[in-house]
Amino acid sequence: MEENHVGITVEVNGRPHRSTVEPRTLLVDYLRDDLGLTGTHIGCDTGQCGACTVIVDGQSVKSCMVLAVQADGAHVRTVEGLAQDGRYHAVQQGFWEKHGLQCGFCTPGFMMQSVQILEDNPDPSDEEIRHALEGNLCRCTGYQNIVEAVKAAGATIRSGAETMAVGTGVGA
Amino acid sequence: MAVASPTRAFGASIRRREDPRLITGRGKFTDDMHLANAATAMFVRSPHGHARIVSIDTSAAAAHPGVLGVYTFEDVKGFISGMPCAWPTTNTGDTLKLATYPPLADGKVRYFGEAVALVVAIDPNTAADAVQLVNVEYDPLPAVINNEAAVAPGAPLIHDSAPGNQAFRWSLVGGDTNGALAHADVRISQTLVNQRLIATPLETRCAVADYNPASGEVTVWVTSQNPHIHRLLIALSTGIPEHKIRVIAGDVGGGFGAKIPYYAGEALCIFASKELGVPVRWSESRSENYVATAHGRDHIQHIEVGATKEGKITALKVTAYASLGAYPSTAAPGVPTWLFGCIIQGPYDIPNNEVHVIGVYTNTTPTDAYRGAGRPEATYILERVIDLVAAKVGRDPVDVRRLNFVRKDQFPFKVANGTLTYDSGDYELTLGKALHTIGYTDLRAWQAEQRAAGKLVGIGVSSFVEVCGLGPSSAANAMGFAGGLYDSATIRVHPTGKVTVFTGVHSHGQGHETSFAQIVARDLGVMVDDVDVIHGDTDKVQHGMGTYGSRSAPVGGGALRMAGMKIRAKAQKIAAHLLEVAEEDIEWVDDAFRVKGSPDKSKTIPDCAFAAYMAGNLPAGVTPVLEEQHWYDPENFVFPFGTHICVVEVDRETGETHIKRYVAVDDCGEIINPMLRDGQVHGGIAQGIAQALWEEAVYDENGQLLSGSLMDYAIPKASVMPHLELGHTVTPSPHNPLGVKGIGEAGTIASTPAVVNAVMDALSPLGIHHIDMPLRPAKVWAAIDAASH
Ligand code: FES
Ligand code: FES
Repeated sequence: MEENHVGITVEVNGRPHRSTVEPRTLLVDYLRDDLGLTGTHIGCDTGQCGACTVIVDGQSVKSCMVLAVQADGAHVRTVEGLAQDGRYHAVQQGFWEKHGLQCGFCTPGFMMQSVQILEDNPDPSDEEIRHALEGNLCRCTGYQNIVEAVKAAGATIRSGAETMAVGTGVGA
Repeated sequence: MAVASPTRAFGASIRRREDPRLITGRGKFTDDMHLANAATAMFVRSPHGHARIVSIDTSAAAAHPGVLGVYTFEDVKGFISGMPCAWPTTNTGDTLKLATYPPLADGKVRYFGEAVALVVAIDPNTAADAVQLVNVEYDPLPAVINNEAAVAPGAPLIHDSAPGNQAFRWSLVGGDTNGALAHADVRISQTLVNQRLIATPLETRCAVADYNPASGEVTVWVTSQNPHIHRLLIALSTGIPEHKIRVIAGDVGGGFGAKIPYYAGEALCIFASKELGVPVRWSESRSENYVATAHGRDHIQHIEVGATKEGKITALKVTAYASLGAYPSTAAPGVPTWLFGCIIQGPYDIPNNEVHVIGVYTNTTPTDAYRGAGRPEATYILERVIDLVAAKVGRDPVDVRRLNFVRKDQFPFKVANGTLTYDSGDYELTLGKALHTIGYTDLRAWQAEQRAAGKLVGIGVSSFVEVCGLGPSSAANAMGFAGGLYDSATIRVHPTGKVTVFTGVHSHGQGHETSFAQIVARDLGVMVDDVDVIHGDTDKVQHGMGTYGSRSAPVGGGALRMAGMKIRAKAQKIAAHLLEVAEEDIEWVDDAFRVKGSPDKSKTIPDCAFAAYMAGNLPAGVTPVLEEQHWYDPENFVFPFGTHICVVEVDRETGETHIKRYVAVDDCGEIINPMLRDGQVHGGIAQGIAQALWEEAVYDENGQLLSGSLMDYAIPKASVMPHLELGHTVTPSPHNPLGVKGIGEAGTIASTPAVVNAVMDALSPLGIHHIDMPLRPAKVWAAIDAASH
């Protein structure tokens, strides 16, 4: 089996990884199984649910629709890389504050897509948010609080306010 | 920021304590468990709805490099021969025909996707290759999908042990329905189809089993709503001693009922781990989930209604054909019977009613509980019936609801069939609030204008009561459920006053780690942040029955409250001793025991805990440490209720339904955390709207599941969901220790008929009175088209 493996180098959340993978390995499986970054989830096998959404070279993609070898040389951002310098990303804070998650399984994908939405437009309307989230499915929330979460995150980004430090803010 | 006053925590919309790990990608879902040296299991599944297995050739798969084992029924039957059914109920003279549910097909496949062989290999790619190499020869048989066709003469026989494909007949009778029908001013007959649905939690089912041959112990990580029930059923079905089994359901990505049952996939991971001496993992693909995980609903219902000319319903008779699918799943027989029939009169005083249920086998995926489980099927009948009666007698459906409601002064209210006593309620209250919120009178005026302009706009109302908080155990036993419906709590106050709580219910999105901490923080006068809630691990948590039937807050929360009161009782003795006063001379005020008249002289629970652990200065007869347990078996169910109103516009040209407004007023008694309550209602409504408009498990006549992926099974997206306007009233349950009633299923129960009623109201000027769900554009357009010719 080793003979048909391919060597790749992928930078994930700022850290380079050199690996050999089978050519058919999906990026999501590579992240989860080879790198142990299990925050990115798998919710379907047809590219419908968006649970696997990550950002590759500045563009959100469904990592179940991309081969690991296609990410060779790319910069990948996953949920594990959202918080920076000990502070939550505004999107994480928004999802937490607005109860944008219940079981939390869809959440990493929604947050990565939301990061993309807000990078494209930090002040989207409800309708724009709902439209831009069409590729992500949530079975728990009915989406209302997810929309609120994205709006709250946008407000935080626009105001430039500092987000909460990771490890604080429980119970309030 | 922490909550400044502990007592403020109960009832506050505090942020969830489970979220930090989930928003940072550090949750631990079953499939995230990567054990060293783990093998991967996959199943070979039937491509037929009904077929005899002529032969299974596993040799090529077994010889494939990297394959560790290939197994068929003959190989596994010594370990597990059948999946147990925990609710083997019937209540008529007909005995229950409980077909054997083999873990792998035994000579015959009875539904599309049934597992035929198990392949275990070193990694997923190798396992997937080997699955392709298993050669199964089938002799296809005619399949039967429709519930009524299944019990018609000459239908293909699915199980030799169930002649005529009938699993059971079940009935409840209250009053004299036939007599009342005979004397009714108006009578309506209607057939309703409550279509088959697929629960679709975003996380599919997964399991990781690690059997230790030296100790005989096995640890199983599993996507479960009720880990102790899983442990019990594993023990009963495999013979592995219960104390050697550790079931862990850590983070679980939604359940909605589909993760209550005990399935073969989990059991066979244990088998393979035991056989091979390595950990074995299995993770459903979504397509596999759609065939292998229990479906829900699936009734054909024939309704007879009698009413006065004012619209007072005098008789309701329901005959329902409910599909169990091909095999009886864990709780399957109980769902379309007790969970459906007991509540058949809903919030209405219908003195004469009967419900007859014929449980049938069809060549489909087994059914079991799906959010609401039986209660949505009953509520849908009633709410359609109210609107049909209103149309028949020419009155506003709101007036007909009012005319039929159980009145506030009738509680506690015993239903006509005698099975339930509603604890408390004020149905007028929620209806009135919903009408006020939506501006009902103006809305009807607006509708008249719109109609005059040729628009198809409709207003749908749905009032409901649900029975939840499942317990009590005596009622569960009387209903044939093979298990208790109590639940448990252990509160461990540590020496420093920090608290760990162990609950027998399970959270898979509900937020118990937060809401349960709020309950305990109030009772113990400590900060929410100082209370950790542990659930989902049978080695950590005392026995418990898990989460379903909106039981977590009423039963699990009830247990917590009672355990908290035991802590307080013991601590009070210690406090009095430390304060050197008699117990009667102290009182619990502002989160501490205080000497009456000198409130500055006080001891907190943490003070008492420290003394209890130091143990050298305790009052006589008081044992060391501060830890209490309670097993709470409720005296009755709880009965949340509410009214939802939906406004729609139907596009005449496309048949598409647009929801213009949606108002929901729910009453679930006392509120622990309003933000979490609203979240439950939002999600429930989304699933209920989806049943009304989009979702349906569709089989062809050969038993192929046509809606077998997320491309074909339409769960709602953000862009199709309306903004929901929520309101609530508070009518506490008089018998629950917290006064709570449960909220997990209400949204799903109420919303389906609200939407259907709205669409039918929109179409009523065309003379259309009923279309079966889902009300997809093509179907609605066809009805409009037919009505205008
Ligand atoms: S797992 Fe990638 S879209 Fe569903
Ligand atoms: S929070 Fe459970 S699927 Fe979205």
